Amino acid sequence: MRVNFTVNGRPQEADDVWEGESLLYVLRERLGLPGSKNACEQGECGSCTVRLDGVPVCSCLVAAGQVEGRDVVTVEGLADFAKKREEHGHGCGTGACGGGKGVSTDEAQQWSAKGTDSQTGEGVELSDIQQAFIDAGAVQCGFCTPGLLVQADALLEQNADPSDQDIREALSGNLCRCTGYEKILDAVRLAAARQGEAV
Amino acid sequence: MDFLRPASWEEALAAKAEFPTAVPIAGGTDIMVEINFDHRRPEYLLDLGRIELLREWEVGEEVTKLGASVPYTQIMENLRTTLPGLALASHTVASPQIRNRGGVGGNLGCASPAGDSHPALLAAGCEVEVESVRGSRMIPIDAFYTGVKRNALAADELIKSVHIKNATGPQQYSKVGTRNAMVIAVCGFGLALHPDTRTVRTGIGSAAPTPVRAKAAEEFLNAALDEGGFWDNGKVITPSIAKQFGELASAACNPIDDVRGTAKYRRHAVGILARRQLVWTWEQYRGTNGRSLEGAA
Repeated sequence: MRVNFTVNGRPQEADDVWEGESLLYVLRERLGLPGSKNACEQGECGSCTVRLDGVPVCSCLVAAGQVEGRDVVTVEGLADFAKKREEHGHGCGTGACGGGKGVSTDEAQQWSAKGTDSQTGEGVELSDIQQAFIDAGAVQCGFCTPGLLVQADALLEQNADPSDQDIREALSGNLCRCTGYEKILDAVRLAAARQGEAV
Repeated sequence: MDFLRPASWEEALAAKAEFPTAVPIAGGTDIMVEINFDHRRPEYLLDLGRIELLREWEVGEEVTKLGASVPYTQIMENLRTTLPGLALASHTVASPQIRNRGGVGGNLGCASPAGDSHPALLAAGCEVEVESVRGSRMIPIDAFYTGVKRNALAADELIKSVHIKNATGPQQYSKVGTRNAMVIAVCGFGLALHPDTRTVRTGIGSAAPTPVRAKAAEEFLNAALDEGGFWDNGKVITPSIAKQFGELASAACNPIDDVRGTAKYRRHAVGILARRQLVWTWEQYRGTNGRSLEGAA
């Protein structure tokens, strides 16, 4: 079957989609967006977390056919999504609010956090949460990072000043097998603090 | 496999009548796992995601009508006062991402004994509104679970909503697991005090082939509270009543040994949960109603 939906602000069409296929598979294998990671395929690890109509969900548990006509933001579009939210006071993955053209598939496929300096991410526009992960040393093997970024960004959108308990609960569905949780908590606290200063 | 995408409830009922083997998918948090792992290859997937009425709820005077697909997150955030037991149970479901998708309809449809909402639904008291092209009917929750992962639905029926009695007193829910998030209950227990009818109701999860009520424990406690005049005098529950309530709750279990725990452990743990919840809910009842009652000081 064919599935039409919006990914990172751009309309996309996926063809020959098998009816039992997950949104995660469509993103990775059909649209060439491997940022969302495939680990457990049962909602246990959170590494495939995306925003579906603004709501963080495990894309491995969403049937491809269910996203017809809907709006998805992946980690590749997170910086753009966060930027638009800053400009317009709300997130808008569809670009309907006039906040630019979104991220094309080509751009998204090329997206990289390396920038001009692979250590600091300088030279590339990052969302606050992405920069905070780099600065706090919250990235080890990096496999859980995309899911954590999407989930943590959604937390800070809802709650600008989360307690440690809030952060732990929000990230309770994201597993890091390097067990780098302390640095991840640091990164979320850092991003929250920076947002607080900016206001 | 065919993917059916009804745009309305009527279309969904028509599709289910035409293809009775169609498996409904709403949040997808159960069925997608089975598909991803090749455990199940349904002939038809019936997507309920576009049917708005399944995501709505309505708080009435005595009953809350909860759409089958209302995500657990919404229940936690919006129905904590009306349905405290179910809100607590919702909060223990998996992770935020899963709670954003899953709802009570899926728990009822799968009818796994380990579903987190079952004990809360049994304790609160509710009816499941199911519908087919033949018409709609209300199934009392006590008659809903018919076997391991089996329920009272006919092949052409879909779950529309759950009509849950609004809380008139304190409710509790807790489950045993290895961590707070992402845990399938080793066992679970829910308790609701119903001061309006001066009764209590219970629900046990993961400790019998189906979710069950601890009826003997309820009857014992109803009689004990009545005889002691507890509802009126708001006195502290005596340790012997709490102990016996816990033991009767244990006795209502019919568990198995499996990877999550032994039958013996489950029986024991349910008894402890029941006893603690009785004390918690009763103390809360005394706290809110007790000041004007004798012996409450």
